[in-house]
Amino acid sequence: MRDDDLSRRLFLGAGAVAAAQLLLGACDSKGPRSAQRFLRYMERRNEGIERALFRHTAMDAGSPGRRLAGSALPSYYISRTVPAWDESLRGVWRLEIAGLVARPLALSLPELMRVPRITRRVNHYCVEGWTAIEEWTGCRLRELAKIAGASRDARFVDFQSFDSGYHESWDIESALHPQTVIAYGLDGSMLGAAHGAPARLFSPIKLGYKNVKYLTRIVFLPAANGGYWSDRGYEWYAGV
Amino acid sequence: MSHRHHWIVRVTHWINALAIVLMVGSGLRIFNAYPAFARRGETFCCWPWEGHGIPAWLTFGGWLAGARNWHFAMMWVLLLNGCAYLAFVYLHGEWRDLVPRRGDARDAWEMLRFYTYRRADHPRQGKHNALQKLTYFSLPLIAVLLILSGLSIWKPVQLAPLTTLFGGYVWARYWHFMATILLVAVSAVHVFMVFAVDPYSLRSMTTGGYDESLSPESRNARPFRKVLPRRGTTREQLDA
Repeated sequence: MRDDDLSRRLFLGAGAVAAAQLLLGACDSKGPRSAQRFLRYMERRNEGIERALFRHTAMDAGSPGRRLAGSALPSYYISRTVPAWDESLRGVWRLEIAGLVARPLALSLPELMRVPRITRRVNHYCVEGWTAIEEWTGCRLRELAKIAGASRDARFVDFQSFDSGYHESWDIESALHPQTVIAYGLDGSMLGAAHGAPARLFSPIKLGYKNVKYLTRIVFLPAANGGYWSDRGYEWYAGV
Repeated sequence: MSHRHHWIVRVTHWINALAIVLMVGSGLRIFNAYPAFARRGETFCCWPWEGHGIPAWLTFGGWLAGARNWHFAMMWVLLLNGCAYLAFVYLHGEWRDLVPRRGDARDAWEMLRFYTYRRADHPRQGKHNALQKLTYFSLPLIAVLLILSGLSIWKPVQLAPLTTLFGGYVWARYWHFMATILLVAVSAVHVFMVFAVDPYSLRSMTTGGYDESLSPESRNARPFRKVLPRRGTTREQLDA
């Protein structure tokens, strides 16, 4: 073996060891920490692609002929116990519509139920990978936006709840999709406390964690406002 | 000593290897968030281990959000790297060593006979033997299945026609998983054969050099048989 051959091998070997150390040294179970910037950059690029793909005409068909999940639908909330609106403490529940709107509203449940309603059987796509078929009754968010006179400057919508401050903000295009509803009925009955009563956001076009339950306020905004899971590492756009 | 692999092939091979490891690891971590295929409230016919997760040490990403971020970032690395490789082998002519041609089925059968000791001498081959060619050629096909089923899971509403093609979201998830198992199996056999039959190919995939006198055909090598150069023959004699 010639000397330059040997030195080249040593150089390549040392390089490989250094690369492995760089990779493993900065590594915990979530991968190298230095990769977080790369992951955030890729999330933004993916959001751009997802927004370019997005169409209001693309609808979830709801797997026709399949059974409703019914009681098999898991119930998730972040509070320690099932969040329930206590009228004796907080007064009558109202859904506030605020922000960049011409006519801010505070709708009681009966008022909300007078807005043109739809009932649709659709899929629920959970970030965990499961789906469930549910039948939601409510009004389209685009109806509420029309009634409140949402401004053209409103590019985002923040959905806020009384579940220990849980909230998620959406892009306006997804919020105004015809399958995005403020739901107060599930599978033919009024929505129960386990699934977000008195009213919740539901749309098959976003992952479950974007569909805020226990709504209190819908705020039209010029900029995104993150969200409970989006601020904790989950993808903000989360469209399906 | 011949030069076997162009540097583009070598670089894309190792990027591919790393990207596949990260994609499989993060994919399994995502799967573990709901290690089943059935819709909520339904059963699934074709997976006997519903509800049983993958051992954590085989997964990557740490938690669901981390794994998802890695998966949706590395998918582009894998795709672009794969496209660069395919474009190169197409433009540079290497595809001729990889695309099956008439007679390869018979040659593959002869290789199987040789590996099972029903034939004494190693069948004649070009750069790769017929079994290798079929294996390497299957990889882009598995990749197409992985990409299309993956897109179906990522965007089941916006790309609904594609998801329908796979039989809906539940089945798209299943086919994505099955294609992964196939890819892992093929990769495992590949790595096994490198060490058991042709460890000298490791050199050709790092520095590019390959000693034809040490090829499996020259050594008449079967798995774990005649891995070392023929006794009594020095490198210089073989080179001559």
